[in-house]
Amino acid sequence: MKIKENLIHGLFMFNALLVVLVLIGIFALLVNTSIPAFREIDIKEFLFKAAWNPTSYVKETYGIGSMLVSSVMVTAGALLFAVPIGIGTAAYLSDVASPGVREMVKPIIEILAGIPSVVIGFLGIVFVGPIISRTFGLPNGLNAVNGSILLGVMALPTIISLSEDALSSVSKTYSDASLALGASRWQTVIRVKLPAALSGVIAACMLGMGRVIGETMIVLMATGCAPAMPKNFLDSVRTMTSTIAIELGEVPYYTTHYYALFAVGLVLFIITFCINMASDMVLHKYQGKRG
Amino acid sequence: MHQTKIEVRDFNFFYGDQRALKDIELDIYNNKVLGIIGPSGCGKSTFLRSINRMNDTIAGARVNGTMLIDGQNIFSEKMDVVELRRKVGMVFQKSNPFPKSIFDNVAYGLRVNGRKDKAYIEHKVEESLKDAALWEEVEDRLSVSAFDLSGGQQQRLCIARALAIEPEVLLMDEPASALDPTATAKVEELIQELKKKYTIVIVTHNMQQAARISDYTAFFMLGELIEYNETQKIFTNPEKKITEEYITGRFG
Repeated sequence: MKIKENLIHGLFMFNALLVVLVLIGIFALLVNTSIPAFREIDIKEFLFKAAWNPTSYVKETYGIGSMLVSSVMVTAGALLFAVPIGIGTAAYLSDVASPGVREMVKPIIEILAGIPSVVIGFLGIVFVGPIISRTFGLPNGLNAVNGSILLGVMALPTIISLSEDALSSVSKTYSDASLALGASRWQTVIRVKLPAALSGVIAACMLGMGRVIGETMIVLMATGCAPAMPKNFLDSVRTMTSTIAIELGEVPYYTTHYYALFAVGLVLFIITFCINMASDMVLHKYQGKRG
Repeated sequence: MHQTKIEVRDFNFFYGDQRALKDIELDIYNNKVLGIIGPSGCGKSTFLRSINRMNDTIAGARVNGTMLIDGQNIFSEKMDVVELRRKVGMVFQKSNPFPKSIFDNVAYGLRVNGRKDKAYIEHKVEESLKDAALWEEVEDRLSVSAFDLSGGQQQRLCIARALAIEPEVLLMDEPASALDPTATAKVEELIQELKKKYTIVIVTHNMQQAARISDYTAFFMLGELIEYNETQKIFTNPEKKITEEYITGRFG
């Protein structure tokens, strides 16, 4: 009995450690493969120059500026509508909806979370794109707005369910007090519960953001992927993720271009890592305060 | 006889299949304090929370019979719950200030009811805090968090918050049960003051408290109203033996 228990214990401890090891391994691989890139590229130029032209006959340039801006743009655009809609929906579900509606909608939102991003990207090409091109009189609708809308849709389930959890865990004594003062359910959730659950809701939005900034397939399909500095939301954009996805398959191994793509991956890894860490910290602060 | 504020007839309350209140009949009079006593689970809180329909949020709860406030049926379709709760304020067992400043706590009820006039809100906050006998202790720190107050102060803050929207009836669900004797005495004193302006219904576990502060007392047991009379009569000469046994502490 004792041996069996120790064995199981050991097995799962190994699993847990393995997860940590994999994370460290990925980071080490990215760093290790990125370093050679900077033998030829100036790191300042890499981070701040806009031009990304690794296959030029004249002079290769490796500036990720336009990709950074593109990634930030589609992410910001996505959050711009996903955050208000997501929080509003969470508020509605946690306090206003009847139990029947809530029981019906919650599983549907979870299903939405499970839709493969390639399917959402598909919708961007055949559905959202044509609407955008007609509305704005553009030759095609593959641009930052399209990507933002789709990414927002993808972030919604995360934002809704985590915000809803945060709102539901606010003590019932607050909502009782508010309702007893003649506040409506909407007023109660917006004015009392939301401020009380704010850190949880912020963490939910940041996790949604983490998903969005790392998303590849949707931006690859729906944003047009022109490697130039976008001027506005109707421009085609190419994010860091789509650049890696497009180019890594065709790049000759162990060239500066190859290493530079890993460096792009490293930047992306650091960004998402920071977002996740930050949301984790916000969440812990919140749980600590309530406990 | 006194003027009736709330009239309860054949009132029944169900949690699903369980009948929590059985054929309750009583009148609550204007500017009087009604004390509700009874052992745990006797339905006294359920009764109290029916008056401002706070039980609406419980799934599977339903009522029958009538409960009228100023002649209007509280449970009728036409009754606007928000309107009702402005008329019938409530103070809870555990003090539950919002995680906001002292000022914002008291102003909350005014703001959600659409009051925007700053001068009026400031005036009303001060008046409510004075009515709740808290003003002198907090007047110079209205912007600090309500959580910085002591338990007794928090409960008086909750009373001030309820008073700010000028209710006609004030429901109190064991408002002093979590307070120390000094704070309890303050709250009791306050209730004596408040009944000049408000009709008060207070649920209490504490027999002496009911005897001290209420004009009328209702004794509930197992969902039934066993006896209802002037407090003095209930405590000196109860009609039913079981009331006497409960009051003298033979069970509880």
